[in-house]
Amino acid sequence: MSKSCAATRVSDHNAWLPTEFRIVARRNELADVFTLELAGPEPFRFAPGQFNMLYVPGFGEAAISISSDSDRPERFQHTIRVVGNVTRRLQKFSSGDRLFLRGPFGTGWPIDRCPSRDVVIACGGLGLAPLRPVIYYLLHRRSQFGAIHLLYGARTPRDLLYAEEFAVWQSQGIEVRVTIDRGDESWRGAIGVVTQLMKPLRWRPESTMVLTCGPEVMMRFVAQEALAQQVRPDHVFLSMERNMNCAVGWCGHCQLGPSFVCKDGPVYTYAQIEPFLYVEDL
Amino acid sequence: MSPPIPAPDVFPNKSPVPAEQSGSNRPKLGVYKFASCDGCQLALLSVENHLRQLADSVEICYFLEASSRIVPGPYDIGIVEGSVTTAHDAERIRGIRRDCRYLIAIGACATAGGIQALRNWANVEEYLSYVYAEPQYIDTLATSTAISEHVPVDFELRGCPIEPQQLLRVISDLLVDRQPRLARHSVCVECKLRQNVCVAVARGIPCLGPITQAGCGAICPSFDRECFGCFGPQENINAASWIGHCRSTDHATSRLVQLLRNVNSYDSHFREAGDGLIAKSISVEPS
Amino acid sequence: MADIDIGKRYWLAKPAFQNLLDALRELGYQVVGPTIRDEAIIYGPIERVAELPIGWWDDQEGGRYRLRQAPTDAWFEFVVGPQSLKHYTFPPRQTVLEGNQQADGQWKLTAIKPESPPTAILGVRACDLAALVIQDRVFLGSQYRDESFAARRERLFLVAANCQRAAPTCFCKSMNCGPRVTQAFDMALTEGADGFVVEVGSAAGAAVAERLPLKLASQSQVTQVEQRLAALIEQMSQGSESQTSAEPDSAHHNGCRSQRQLDTAGLRDLLFGNLNHPHWDEVASRCLSCGNCTMVCPTCFCSTVEEVPLLDDSQVLRERVWASCFTSEHSYMASGVVRQTTRSRYRQWLTHKLAGWIDQFGVSGCVGCGRCITWCPVGIDITAEVAALRSPQEIDRSNGHE
Repeated sequence: MSKSCAATRVSDHNAWLPTEFRIVARRNELADVFTLELAGPEPFRFAPGQFNMLYVPGFGEAAISISSDSDRPERFQHTIRVVGNVTRRLQKFSSGDRLFLRGPFGTGWPIDRCPSRDVVIACGGLGLAPLRPVIYYLLHRRSQFGAIHLLYGARTPRDLLYAEEFAVWQSQGIEVRVTIDRGDESWRGAIGVVTQLMKPLRWRPESTMVLTCGPEVMMRFVAQEALAQQVRPDHVFLSMERNMNCAVGWCGHCQLGPSFVCKDGPVYTYAQIEPFLYVEDL
Repeated sequence: MSPPIPAPDVFPNKSPVPAEQSGSNRPKLGVYKFASCDGCQLALLSVENHLRQLADSVEICYFLEASSRIVPGPYDIGIVEGSVTTAHDAERIRGIRRDCRYLIAIGACATAGGIQALRNWANVEEYLSYVYAEPQYIDTLATSTAISEHVPVDFELRGCPIEPQQLLRVISDLLVDRQPRLARHSVCVECKLRQNVCVAVARGIPCLGPITQAGCGAICPSFDRECFGCFGPQENINAASWIGHCRSTDHATSRLVQLLRNVNSYDSHFREAGDGLIAKSISVEPS
Repeated sequence: MADIDIGKRYWLAKPAFQNLLDALRELGYQVVGPTIRDEAIIYGPIERVAELPIGWWDDQEGGRYRLRQAPTDAWFEFVVGPQSLKHYTFPPRQTVLEGNQQADGQWKLTAIKPESPPTAILGVRACDLAALVIQDRVFLGSQYRDESFAARRERLFLVAANCQRAAPTCFCKSMNCGPRVTQAFDMALTEGADGFVVEVGSAAGAAVAERLPLKLASQSQVTQVEQRLAALIEQMSQGSESQTSAEPDSAHHNGCRSQRQLDTAGLRDLLFGNLNHPHWDEVASRCLSCGNCTMVCPTCFCSTVEEVPLLDDSQVLRERVWASCFTSEHSYMASGVVRQTTRSRYRQWLTHKLAGWIDQFGVSGCVGCGRCITWCPVGIDITAEVAALRSPQEIDRSNGHE
């Protein structure tokens, strides 16, 4: 797996010591999802797909992907769903507060291997957050790529993340298609699973890369559909999730088959992860 | 009696106890005793400096073991020690449940029926006639049962007695809207963290550590004794294998039953293991 | 003795052994060595030779460990106890970060550096040195460097002892990790009848050796210890077939009747190719999911960082505590526990140890010390489980080690 294009960085002196950042903006995204925008004394350089360990003293750390534009490192964002102790506490943070974190960690999306290819981004729910940096990256370099598709699924129209940006992305050259599990009377769009959006695309499988993030079961179906369209297994990329404590390969919690999700992942090729993707309780 | 509710190890999804309040607006706490030895309440009283801190963050409104002062309910947090052994207690716990927003059952009595649950295998009338000269004045149920068999419990803390630091931690978790993360793994993990030499392997003593939940700090093995199972079953208990191994190494069935039928005898896992052992020994070794 | 050469062999007479303990202490080391406590041989502070478990043997089998008086008066004929070097390089609990809330409500975080005095450890075996070298790869081998491991590691002075005996649970030979000490030692001892052949492995070792009444070892002294070591290696190479005879203990000098083997050929692919083998269910029926194997393993490195609020919520410690893949906490995610079953936990442990490790660190995670066999409360045998996974059908448990 190619290393990310940005330099991987840990806190200079000690891998356990977080660095302090300032929250410069906070916004609610969905009912239980919010975004914190952070700034530090220096630009925070990261690769799309990498994550940070956010720390709240007394509550612990949580691994959260970076969801902002890697070409604008002066400020960076985390989009966070309230699922555990740390994220529930983070919800109470507001602009002006300080926040500790370690990072960035992990492999990024292999966008340096994308030029002159078609890119299909297929994601579900909060899985759009770690892919949003890819979208910005591609838009900044739009002419270097072929067709770019964003296929996004959510439970209901009210669960669509970053919905106000879709039109902007569309206008800048990304084909945005959205589907939901359950519509309401106002919904005019597609209803169903993300893979249904994949079938009608005009595939050029030899020169297409598929990036997917979302629930594991969704990613499995996306990968299978990509393979059915003759996309190469090493051109299909998945972002995996496991328990993480250290993020540097020492604590052992995030193992998935022979790899550490924290440093060998979270982004894997389907070819890498396929032997372990279908094994129950691995 | 309603069917047992699975032991809760996370707080239920309801509005958090207000933590920002202070002074006379502190969250209200009640501590109740049912059939028990008072040991869990005493364990709480034994951590004096922390208790003062607890008193700063909550108003202790009802805690007869500590004070005769009673502030009337309702309360934010109710802590219940002891098991239900009388019809009166069965009624009283319903009232307490109504009075307390969060109900935490503490100790082996409250979570599994306690040592007094041994009566559940016996004839209580017969016991009464042995013990009391005038048994007709005794009003008791035939069984000793956990609080969760009578009312919904929001959280259970195991142990005989409880580890008071766990209780303080759970209360502080509740006050700051944080889910408790208590270890549910075996005592062996704690025992090895203390660098004890395993009494089962090095001395051949049957030890409940591998099937018992951590929390005590492996006290008994640290003093060369076997684990007695005070914290009940670990989350992934395999009692059958433990029993099979103990029997293959010539430990008497009676000793194994004694271990299993201790303070957590009526916990469903320990109960099933002990009952199975007796059934097997009767069928294998007819007397 | 002056002018010590790394590579030469010296002789330390047993009556002069106290000089070694004294020299280490004079050079500022706290001296730790094998000693009897709680009916086992474990590491503890050593000042006098008499504190060593001279003349003791440890009988080991699956789920069983017993000390007994040895039929010889040898000093190091016991094998390995429940502890390994891991306890010194990667202690069970260590504070990695401290947080203090200031008067203005802001937090001040401080990384905690370990305070570990220079420590000399006596009697370290080949398997444990191999485990140390593996842990070097885990904690120091990537772009991230575990400073607390490094600090403890650098202050160790290791006096190795070549094994004289193998327990039936020992299979270091299979893992190519012993029984001969070959690496990572400052001094290595091979016991003879009235003294030790001494090898020096480092400059620190030479500095200690210079203070000892050493002589160059004679050819006959070297031959004497080498013959015994060769016999042990031969015994460990022979495998289990040779010891199922009903011969009494006297059949072998060392009193061990069976010797485990682990066939490592193609093991990585075998395990990753059999993630749904029915034997995982079989072993899960015996496994207690208690975690003892992971705790005694000299290479198991998993840990959990616990958030420990002190007194009130204005001071916290982050403590790194040994963790086990046999617990639900290990694979806990907000969306659920990944490995709920004992089957999946045992599979994780075994495949990580013997297969995943090879991908991660270029080496197997097993050194063949046999601790996981001895200290498993129900005697589950890693070598037998691998053999069962090799067979297309279930092995008959009655033929297994018991």
